[in-house]
Amino acid sequence: MKKQVTLLKEFTKGLWEINPTFKQILGTCPTLAVTVSVINGIAMALATTFVLVFSSLIISLVRKLIPNQVRIAAYIVIIASFVTIVDLVMKAQFQDLSKALGPFIPLIVVNCIILGRAEAFASKNGPLRSVLDALGNGVGFFIALVIMGGIREVLGSRTFLGYQVLPNGFEPWLIMILPAGAFIVFGLLMGFSNMYVERKKNLEREALIAQYRRVGREEITDDVLKEAGV
Amino acid sequence: MELLIIFISAALVNNFVLSYFLGICPFIGVSNKTSSAISMGMATTFVLVLTAIVSWLLYNLILVPYHLDFLQIPSFILVIAALVQFVEMVIKKVSQPLYRALGIFLPLITTNCAILGLALLAAMREYDFLESVIFGVGAGAGFTLALVIMAGIREELDLADVPKPFQGAPITLIVAGILALAFMGFAGMI
Repeated sequence: MKKQVTLLKEFTKGLWEINPTFKQILGTCPTLAVTVSVINGIAMALATTFVLVFSSLIISLVRKLIPNQVRIAAYIVIIASFVTIVDLVMKAQFQDLSKALGPFIPLIVVNCIILGRAEAFASKNGPLRSVLDALGNGVGFFIALVIMGGIREVLGSRTFLGYQVLPNGFEPWLIMILPAGAFIVFGLLMGFSNMYVERKKNLEREALIAQYRRVGREEITDDVLKEAGV
Repeated sequence: MELLIIFISAALVNNFVLSYFLGICPFIGVSNKTSSAISMGMATTFVLVLTAIVSWLLYNLILVPYHLDFLQIPSFILVIAALVQFVEMVIKKVSQPLYRALGIFLPLITTNCAILGLALLAAMREYDFLESVIFGVGAGAGFTLALVIMAGIREELDLADVPKPFQGAPITLIVAGILALAFMGFAGMI
């Protein structure tokens, strides 16, 4: 039996360690499509998090009642019900946002983050852990969308959340609000986040080697380093 | 003429992958080799056209007359899941070689947002039956085209000296961005 992770860890791992967008590369379609502005990204992330949390909760509650063969279909029906709720609420209360996001609100059904968490986590864990895991992943998705939306909105239309942040003298980069900009910004962000992780890992490794040298340990093989977890 | 415009718009000008961002997961996942890209493109096109037909019938003959259009999302996704399962069984029965070629790609298609996106967009734009079918064919052609071009580029990219953190998904996305720029050249066509 593996050591039980703490409840806090269940939440925080979604923020960075297994960030759904940058690490698991799930839910790329909405990430690219709706991040023309920050507000769209926030709306999309909130809608997705709502669906994610509630479908994780329900799936983890009924996980023992669903026969294994039809579980995917059952999950999809549960998810689709919550997406319908979000879609109808958005249409009634936030018409502008609903129009801006277009078919991407109904498309939350096929967002792989939700089915992925259902299959990988909620179907195996209790309700409390499932909700925390879902919240963590939702917040991770939120962070990713705000970063993407922020970069694209500031450079593409000089504004952040609708407020002008760059002077009029700055020529807006039209490419940022075009589809091409979405792909390029996302690719660069993912590359830089890989680079950061790599750099951090190397630093830890070097620190450990230096420490071993100081205590006079002679051979520092790869096995020794692996044991120490770097 | 109207139909031709729908086709070209779905295939080139508003390409499903490069300008609507539908079907990005298979676009990044299955674009390693040209041969599998073609198989995936064909399987997806097939399901897209079938979905266009079935979802149009479902929406216009059942959901709208009985005022059940709030059930659009669950009913569409169930129809798609059933359809994919059905197609898989038929292909398995009819043609073993085709089944082996498409095998692993078929179940993946259910969660391809291009399929559900097509059904929703066709319902939103109130296309008639023929228009929906052509829309499906065009979307499939556009998806296949983007996938095959990408696979071709990625085969060359394997030989290029890409910095390590950028290998794999990041460089694919950046190349896709440049491809999207190229596809903008079609914008003046309609």
